[in-house]
Amino acid sequence: MHGKALPYLLLMPATLFLCVFFLYPFALVAFEAFTRDGGFTLDNFRTMAGNWKFPVAFWNTTLLAAIVVPIQLVTALLMATVVSRLETGRGAALYIFAIPLGISDLAAGLIWLAIFDQSGFLNTLLSNLGLVDRPVMFLGYQSKLTIFIAVVLAEIWRATAIMMVILVAGMGLIPREYHEAAEVFGASPWKRFVKITLPLLRPSLQTAIILRVILAFEVFAVVAALGGTNLPVLMGETYNWQFSLQDRNVAAAFALLILAISVGLTLFFLRALRVPKEARI
Amino acid sequence: MAEIAIKQVAKRFGGFTALHSIDLTIADQEFMVLLGASGCGKTTLLRIVAGLETPSQGEVWIGGRRVDHLPPRDRGIAMVFQNYAVFPHLTVFENIAFGLRMKKLPQQEVERRVNRTAELMHIEQLLKRYSGQLSGGQRQRVAVARALAMEPDVILMDEPLSNLDALLRLEMRAELKGVLAASKTTTIYVTHDQVEAMSLADRIAVMHQGHIVQAASPVEVYRNPAARFVGSFIGNPPMNFIPATKTANGSWTVAGLTLPGPKSDKHKIDFAIRPEDVDAGNEGLHATVRVIEPLGPHTLVTCDVEGGLFRAILESNATIAVGDRLRLAPKADRIRWFDPETTNAL
Repeated sequence: MHGKALPYLLLMPATLFLCVFFLYPFALVAFEAFTRDGGFTLDNFRTMAGNWKFPVAFWNTTLLAAIVVPIQLVTALLMATVVSRLETGRGAALYIFAIPLGISDLAAGLIWLAIFDQSGFLNTLLSNLGLVDRPVMFLGYQSKLTIFIAVVLAEIWRATAIMMVILVAGMGLIPREYHEAAEVFGASPWKRFVKITLPLLRPSLQTAIILRVILAFEVFAVVAALGGTNLPVLMGETYNWQFSLQDRNVAAAFALLILAISVGLTLFFLRALRVPKEARI
Repeated sequence: MAEIAIKQVAKRFGGFTALHSIDLTIADQEFMVLLGASGCGKTTLLRIVAGLETPSQGEVWIGGRRVDHLPPRDRGIAMVFQNYAVFPHLTVFENIAFGLRMKKLPQQEVERRVNRTAELMHIEQLLKRYSGQLSGGQRQRVAVARALAMEPDVILMDEPLSNLDALLRLEMRAELKGVLAASKTTTIYVTHDQVEAMSLADRIAVMHQGHIVQAASPVEVYRNPAARFVGSFIGNPPMNFIPATKTANGSWTVAGLTLPGPKSDKHKIDFAIRPEDVDAGNEGLHATVRVIEPLGPHTLVTCDVEGGLFRAILESNATIAVGDRLRLAPKADRIRWFDPETTNAL
């Protein structure tokens, strides 16, 4: 056998797997989104956009991403900086910080539901402290803001660690000499972070942000657990159209929209945080 | 004015003692080289002066000011790192300007200093480039320029030439010496390369296992090693050592030769001589030739003397063959004696 063919041969199974289980379904979904009753049409997208819940779902999702991701980024940077500086117990700290990663998003939603529920921990605490006479309805249909805040909290709690893990790995790749040189040449700790760590961390920041933004636009189970249908989001609407309204074509249109947003934002961050070849470590 | 005083500085890492109570004073504008094998503590000592490492005990003074509790940026120092540490995300210009910007100097002054030092290091045509577009030698120049641009009282250099190839190292060595002498800074320079140390230093501090064994001028260190280690570490080939037996007070027998030596109550001490300080003749140490290596200007002859190896550098026109019995006469004023127990010079 020719040595040249071997790498491609070895890549074959994975490529086939991706084609069968990703590209093919993707083509099917795309086809469904653009057809109805066998003919090409944009009606599915019109139905999607014309529904009263669509703008609400779109803005809720966007707002969630716009609030959650920056907070997570700052928190993850802070956590990563602390973890990177630890000389002992670094592994333990990393594991503890990463515990929420091991929990599915639905389970995370349920944990926070157990906190905010009418008979939940928070209400028990408040009434035991004598601060409330009867349980507060935090997650009722009238308190959209509290639902939103609960979702933000749950998302931050659940998915900040994944960013931190990526950033810790990235920080480990920056040679210590750069920090020492900056220190000798007069940079305060804050200046070192801004002038050395952040710019040299760009490749990892890029990965972390792209990953988190994509996940943020796919937010579903946490919202479903905490808000039900009181806080419509794009993924929830996709689910709704597919299973409650039994219209797979509109559901497919939603899925394509989410994909388009993900691809668009990915391209944006790839460009915005690009490191020129000559400026790499 | 920046005299550096290191007072009883020690450094322990857990149970390991990297530095044992070091005392060293470096005069204003002096070029001090810390020389030693890897693991001798020379880099640790430099990093303590820089403030990148905290001493377990002792004091560091720079220019009459105690600095061991100050962060590096408040010590009036600049440093050249072994791997240069030229920031990859900044242009050469911004690298050199880094420290000046941290000091918040006006733009005009930043430009003046960057251009002046770039010119001095012959890198003015590279100012717009990134580190990834530079060769090792060019990066080295940027690192030195960045240090010089600070116009510091003290420049610290950690093996700055060790990553360059041999030819470039030779070139940079001569250039560094000129540039640093002109800049009138006090310099501490760490290296394991004795040739580098000899050629650059005003004074060499030879370090061994966390101690400074000798701190003196290059010629003094070479001619009058304070300890056996210094004689065997410096010089290539190193100093020869032969056991000497007492015959009378102040008289010693070495390989069949009786020589006047130090008065000592010991019965055996070590005789030492540099390879180039012997002449082949009719009198001298009894030696049997083992290996002959003609090196051009002279010939390196490895012999057996008293059952040990002895290297002699002889004139290249000497007609010698392997197996020959020679008499090697040591130059009287170059003979040194060492105590075999303390290994110190007598």
